[in-house]
Amino acid sequence: MSPADDARATVFARIRAALGVASLDRARRAAVARRLERHPRGTIPARAKQSREACVTLLTEMLSAQGADLRRVHTPKEAVGAIASYLGTCNLPPRLRMGKDPMLATLPWREAWDIERSFGPAGPGDRASLSRAVVAAAETGTLFLVSGIDNPTTLNFLPEAHTVLIAASDIVGSYEEAWDRLRAIYGQGSLPRTVNLISGPSRTADIEQTIVRGAHGPRRLHVLILG
Amino acid sequence: MKGGRGMAKGSQDFKTGVTAALADAALQKALQNVKRGFVVKREAAKAKLPEFDTLREEARAIKDHTLSHLDLYLEAYERKVTESGGEVHYAPGAAEARAIVLKLCKEAGAKLVTKGKSMVSEEIGLNTPLQAAKIEVVETDLGEYIVQLRGERPSHIIAPVIHLTKEAIEADFRRAHQRLPRERRLDQAQYLMAEARTLLREKFLAADVGITGANLLIAETGSSVIVTNEGNGDLTSTLPRMHIVIASIEKIVPTLEDATTILRLLARSATGQEITTYTTFATGPRRDGDADGPAAYHVVLLDNGRSEMLGNEFADMLRCIRCGACLNHCPVYGAIGGHAYGSIYPGPMGAVLTPQLVGIDHARDLPNASSFCGRCEEVCPMDIPLPDMMRAWRERDFARGNPPLSERLLLRLWAYAAKRPGLYHALASTVALYMARRAGARGRLSRLPLLKAWMKARDLPAPQGKTFHKLYARGQRGKRR
Repeated sequence: MSPADDARATVFARIRAALGVASLDRARRAAVARRLERHPRGTIPARAKQSREACVTLLTEMLSAQGADLRRVHTPKEAVGAIASYLGTCNLPPRLRMGKDPMLATLPWREAWDIERSFGPAGPGDRASLSRAVVAAAETGTLFLVSGIDNPTTLNFLPEAHTVLIAASDIVGSYEEAWDRLRAIYGQGSLPRTVNLISGPSRTADIEQTIVRGAHGPRRLHVLILG
Repeated sequence: MKGGRGMAKGSQDFKTGVTAALADAALQKALQNVKRGFVVKREAAKAKLPEFDTLREEARAIKDHTLSHLDLYLEAYERKVTESGGEVHYAPGAAEARAIVLKLCKEAGAKLVTKGKSMVSEEIGLNTPLQAAKIEVVETDLGEYIVQLRGERPSHIIAPVIHLTKEAIEADFRRAHQRLPRERRLDQAQYLMAEARTLLREKFLAADVGITGANLLIAETGSSVIVTNEGNGDLTSTLPRMHIVIASIEKIVPTLEDATTILRLLARSATGQEITTYTTFATGPRRDGDADGPAAYHVVLLDNGRSEMLGNEFADMLRCIRCGACLNHCPVYGAIGGHAYGSIYPGPMGAVLTPQLVGIDHARDLPNASSFCGRCEEVCPMDIPLPDMMRAWRERDFARGNPPLSERLLLRLWAYAAKRPGLYHALASTVALYMARRAGARGRLSRLPLLKAWMKARDLPAPQGKTFHKLYARGQRGKRR
């Protein structure tokens, strides 16, 4: 056996000795397989069990309280306008870094002809980025972003202003519903490389418990709810 | 940074540390922030979630189930990590864990390693061997960065520099960042953060390997979860070529739903947030077609005493999710801060965990540094009976003959009397009478023989002349009438 196999065997032997179990106990194996297969839900807070519209309101309230800037837009055209004016408000040049997300690609970008878009992961020079959240959970105002060519993970962390678009129909109440959405896309038991749950702009309270926004990640989180 | 960080200091050091902490005005000022911040915010967050206590019971059940099937969930987890292209390494102890990480860093040709905040990394003293191998190691969590600049240890498991005032941090930055203009402003937290942000950006972008801890590991998907506010953990796990996760074996939970139940308790108990700004699930290395992410993903699973706890009276401690609520609500921690404990993990959870890690002979003061007020158990989101376990360590300590002779003799005398009610009552009446006489009209005692040191900072209200037993007996007679 290699040293790595030895180490593994040591740890498992210690655990089984402490628990007083044998490795081939059928009942235990069945219990574990069943739980992984059925992934039972715990208690879902009442606040997460509301109508879609109430969930949109709750998401808005929670994200605002956590320091995000929010706007509800009703058309793709309005969304593009909101992105352009936000960059202006933040005194940022009209440049956006983004991925190849199909929903973002179909926005009427000609309405904001002065915004220069570039595609791919973020680098140190990118000051503003745009992503789409695949789903959002209202209970804590949390956006779910997944890695991939459509929405590279670095867009979520390197630029100083991050805009996230979420379709109102992708807003659910609880994390449990959000997980089921991801299972429907990626299959049970699989996740993309990175799932980022984002609930506000980056912050720290390490110094004297004083909250400072804009720690290592974006100083501003701009959320557009479409629909 | 200092080596041998797993070791707690000896008894004399603990007592000296406490005396120094109590006399340290700046520390005492900084510690006030614990109460103003964490305690108040946790209370508010809990009040906003009526399901909190139900979730606490469920979270306890999740962990109990997982721990009793730990071998099988680890197997399932490992299978999933491997499937997603990552690799799991097992470390029976701290030395093995350090060796694995060092080997991985060397294989990656690492010159610069960035780190997210990890208590397990502190526990095994990971930085020292990496630095000895000429690898630059940079802590990127603001608190950990400051602690690294100072050559200290974190004084709190989630707020590493809770022991410092911003003036002290300003002085550290001026000393460490001498290339920057001297007249720059650093008198507010925001300026300090901005300076750290700028300096650490270069490190994030240049790093070859990123090392993070894990708040949870998920068997269903093979994911590691980190819970942060700053975003440093994500830059650490996304930008370098290799991501190494270092976590202890009890961090595992079965499913995403189980992780969710625990996450609903974690931030609320820790910082009083509904959820932290970032909760990140990392699964394997970057996939084909991904635009970013590390090319390699490794998980180092550390045992270091946990498997032994599974089978002893400290098993409940393995439910701990490291929220820090027990530290924040502990009167002892609040008075002395984290460094006086001399161990990596301070406060009530540290008093239970440390003797397991370093042996009770080296940490006997920690389970004794408690008034058993019970606040820690009350606020623990995982319902861990911390006072009972501290008592269990005291019993082991006593059985090993560690307490000083005088303490052991007194306890034996007390036990002798307590087993003989007639003798006990006679003695108690005599002592009560003596104390009442001695106190006189003032009703308070400021000195007693044998208790000189203990009475130095305390007054004792004098007994009213009769013992509890006598008063109780009289009450019972009254009732019968």
